Amino acid sequence: MRNKKKLIAWTIGSAAVIGAVGVLSARLSPALAAGGARAATGPFTLVDGVFWFLAALTVAGAAAVALSRNILYSALGLLAALLGVAGLYVFLSADFVAVAQVMIYIGGVLTLVLFAIMLTNRIGEVNISNASLGWASGGILSAILLALLLVIGFEIPWAVRPAPAVATTAPLGHALLQRWLLPFELASLILLATLIGAIIIARKEIRAE
Amino acid sequence: MIPTLSHYLAVAAILFALGLFTVLTRRNAVAILMGVELMLNAANINLVAFNKFVVGGLGGQAFALFVVVLAAAEAAVGLAIVLSIFHTFKTIDVRAADLMRE
Repeated sequence: MRNKKKLIAWTIGSAAVIGAVGVLSARLSPALAAGGARAATGPFTLVDGVFWFLAALTVAGAAAVALSRNILYSALGLLAALLGVAGLYVFLSADFVAVAQVMIYIGGVLTLVLFAIMLTNRIGEVNISNASLGWASGGILSAILLALLLVIGFEIPWAVRPAPAVATTAPLGHALLQRWLLPFELASLILLATLIGAIIIARKEIRAE
Repeated sequence: MIPTLSHYLAVAAILFALGLFTVLTRRNAVAILMGVELMLNAANINLVAFNKFVVGGLGGQAFALFVVVLAAAEAAVGLAIVLSIFHTFKTIDVRAADLMRE
């Protein structure tokens, strides 16, 4: 019962945030059009509905990470946020990045996080394991940063160019093995070093008696 | 209502602010790592969005991919350190971890 109420509260809260962003952007879109950007006009289509759903999913998940009392709920909120971000990548015609996001973040990082939670928190007291402090100062700092970033995002007339939706997986593969070959190999080297380092840090030391 | 660059920037801004709030207020090391992941994702949305709407080409997407890879590496090493801290101090409250070894 309490969880149901919480769920409703989360839904309403995220809808309110998304609505606020929508109203703000609708108010500022004439300024954007004057700045040479594409005006955000036209009928509300299914595609837009999917975009707003993904944005709401992302923001609600992030809010759960930031505010939930229970760290397991935080991890599940992270799952929602990462899924939403993967969907946004698809909207931005970054198909391969979206798939990599699902595979690496949700399949790898989130599993690691869940393992860490299970291994380090005594499950019985999981409700008090996610305590936080400094709500006032942290909240003020985050709010200032949020306002700054929103003003930057909406007020600056970015030199937007027409952006058709194209498939980018094949060109990205070619680019990774031609132009970005050196960073690509460096990434594999870093992953190997990470693998060895994580094993060395987390192993139990066996001392010879 | 076609989603424009500003919409993506707004979502990323909210994500980054919530991640920063998580990092600033949590005492649990795992929760702090989750906040870092949120902030990395916000930066990634910005990279891909600017790549699509302003710059063109594929540089932003490739950079986002490298960010994802490095985030995975960061999570692996970070959580290994968290486990090590837990073995040493029997807690993962970041205020308690003030020694490199016992």
